[in-house]
Parts: sequence; C-alpha cells; structure tokens
Amino acid sequence: MKTMLIAFLAMAAIAVGADILLDFIGYSTQAMTSGPAVRGG
Amino acid sequence: MIPTIKTFCRLLILALALTPLATAPAAAQEGAGAAKEMPRASTGGAQTLEDILARQRGQKIDDEFRREAVGDPESAAAIAAQLGTLGGASDSEVFRALRYGSADVTVSAKGAAAGVIIQDSGMWWLELRQGPLLEWGGWLLVAMIAVVAIYLVIRGPIRIEGEKTGRTILRFTAIERFSHWLLAGSFILLGLTGLITLFGRVALIPVFGKDFFSGIALASKWIHNNVAWAFIAALVMVFVCWVVHNVPNRADLVWLAKGGGLFSKHVHPPARKFNAGQKIIFWIVIILGISISASGLSLLFPFEMPMFAKTFEILNALGLPQLVGMGELQTTMTPHEEMQYAQLWHTIVAFVFMAIIIAHIYLGSIGMEGAFESMESGEVDMQWAKEHHSLWYEEVVAQEQADASRESPATPAE
Repeated sequence: MKTMLIAFLAMAAIAVGADILLDFIGYSTQAMTSGPAVRGG
Repeated sequence: MIPTIKTFCRLLILALALTPLATAPAAAQEGAGAAKEMPRASTGGAQTLEDILARQRGQKIDDEFRREAVGDPESAAAIAAQLGTLGGASDSEVFRALRYGSADVTVSAKGAAAGVIIQDSGMWWLELRQGPLLEWGGWLLVAMIAVVAIYLVIRGPIRIEGEKTGRTILRFTAIERFSHWLLAGSFILLGLTGLITLFGRVALIPVFGKDFFSGIALASKWIHNNVAWAFIAALVMVFVCWVVHNVPNRADLVWLAKGGGLFSKHVHPPARKFNAGQKIIFWIVIILGISISASGLSLLFPFEMPMFAKTFEILNALGLPQLVGMGELQTTMTPHEEMQYAQLWHTIVAFVFMAIIIAHIYLGSIGMEGAFESMESGEVDMQWAKEHHSLWYEEVVAQEQADASRESPATPAE
C-alpha cells in the first residue's frame, strides 16, 4: 500500500513539475492546446 | 358525322397542345446528358448539380477541375493597360486557391498552420468525433463491463483451491510495484479526464450546466496534459522491469490451449513469472502505450509533430490498406488534418486500451483471490504461487535453496 501511495504522490509531483518546467522554458501546454478565449489574449 | 369530326379536331388540338409537356422531360434528360459530356473545366470551376448530389450522398467527387481553376496571374493585363489592376484571378478563383492550399499566402505568425486560411477538411472529422466515435467508444466500454459482469456471475472469483500455507514469497519488488502503480494511477486519471473532455458536451453540460463544466473541463485538461508525462515515464519503467519476463515461451502455448484455467475450475496450467494472458496484456500495454503517447505528444505540441502523412506513406508502400480492400491512404495533409488524425487515433486507441484494462483490473482485484496482494505488498501465499505460476514458484524455491546452501555450507568431514 505504501508503494502505491508513493507512486501516486510521484505522479502528482511529475505533473506539477512538468507544468512548471514547460512554463519555465516558455511553453504553456494549457495555452497552446486551447482556443483564444482560454489563452486570454 | 359532324360531331365526330368536331370531337376528333378537339382531340387533335389537345394532343398537340400536350406534346411539349410530354416531350419536356425527355429533352431535359438529353440536355443533362449533354451537360455531363461537357468538359467540366468549361464551367469555370463551378460545381454541377451532379457534383452537389454526389457530395450529399457522401460520394467522393473528382474536384480536379475546381482545384486547378485558380486563375492565371501570368495572363493578367499589364499594370498600365486597361483593367490592368485586376490581376489574373477572379475572387472565386482566389478563394478556391486558398481553399485547396495552392495560394501563395504570407502570414506574420510562425508555423505552417498559420498559412492555412480556409480549412475545409474538418467537417468529416467533427462529424466523426461527435457521432460514431462517441457512440462506438462508449458502447465498447459498456460491452466490456457487461462481459466482465457476466463472467463474474458465471465463473465467480477465482479462489485459491488448496489450503493457504501462511508462508509468503516475494512476487514483485518495490520498484516493480512503484512502476505498476505509477502507470495504473496515471492511466486511470488520463482515462477519466479524457472521457470528460470527449463526453462533456453531451453528458455533463446538460446535468451540471456550462459554467460548472467549464471549470471541470479546464481542470481535466490540465491533468490530462501534465499527468501524461508520468504515464510515459511509467511506461518506460514497466518495460525495463518486465520485458525479460514477457518473452513468449512454450509454456505459453499450453497455458493458452487450456484457456489459462479461466473458464474451468481445478485447471492450473503451468506458468513462469507471467502467464500467456499477462504477457499479452503486457505487450498490448507497451504497443498501445507507445502509440497513444506518440499521438498525445502530437496533440500536446500542436502542429510540431506531424506523423500521419508519413505513416500513411509507409502503410501504402507496404500495401496494407490495399490488403484490407482500401484505396491508397492520403499522404499529403494540411497541418490541421494531421491534428485531426492525431485526435481520432488517440481516442480510438484510448477506448481499446480502456476496454482491455477493465478486464485486467477485474482479474487483478475481485476476479482472483490473492492477485491484488501481489501488487499491494509484493508478497503472495506459496499456495497461490503453486497454483497460478508453478514454474516460477519452482524457480524461486530452487533459488532460495541454492542461496541457503551457499550461506551455510556443509561442514567438511575431517
């Protein structure tokens, strides 16, 4: 059970880390894969 | 006599009067036939009624005569001449060139996609995405859940038949379990958020309303976009951990021949660490996982990773589409068409993937006693190992005995 919880925490960490890292290098997946209304100009 | 002649004359006049009406359809048909034989380019690129009707019937039409009717700038009148500023192409010819992608477009935005001013290849994709893709995909999942439910009712959970020994052996190490749960957790999140994205408009907006759904949709998209990296990492880890144990061998044939004991009680075909069924699941996960990751990356970085035109080219060269009775696949695509194919493929693979994993989740949880423990604590009862993976059990026991004899070697006789 402990390994399962660690894996789920790692999954969250990878997701947040990926978002921050891509933002840091100037690429926002949220913006790039959205329409103009979501991009917010 | 006179009335008879009178009547005859009246009938004759009536017949003459009706003649044009009677012959009109025939004349119209002849006219249509003549129009059909006319060179199509002579319409100046305009569509005929036949074209429109064929398109409405969903038939493919040869639109070369339109595609190529885009004017000729070379033949334009000189700038100083009369009508010299009008160029060599009419408005409809310019729009046709934009539509078929042959116009010389210059845009300030970067990327090939920005140069596509008119994208007319999206309607079939939209209709497929909103109709058959949702229906067939949804029914596939429902059907798989029904099959599993029927199997549960008929066969019931697969119990450990012998008496539990109370002694356990290690089946999966911590890193194996971590990889599995990372893959499983990310897969479930990606599946749920993908379904929300796909079915949101038809299933969630009517229930929750647009305002509430917009929040769900945004959150789903963030999760889907970013958890994808965890899935890809886990896929690599799982492959490295288990590829050696998933190479097919002879025991798999025996296992398959006996249906793995899944459909009859008291049947336990021998298996190593993974049985043939698990090996099939493993390779399906790896192949579909790579495929869904590739199309997912293509969607995550829009227009940056086109792959379908190239793939179709390879398939055409191999003759695979022709083998299944299809014509040659399209090998030139606009950037938008590439994205449309990526979206469709991503979704189709996802549905197949989810359907298979539903069966895996069942057998790994309530479907088989002791299976969940193997991935929870990593330990399994020896009786479970003997019944389900007898060859692996023998290997482990032999290894343990060898290790024990190495640690405490027999005292040499003096």
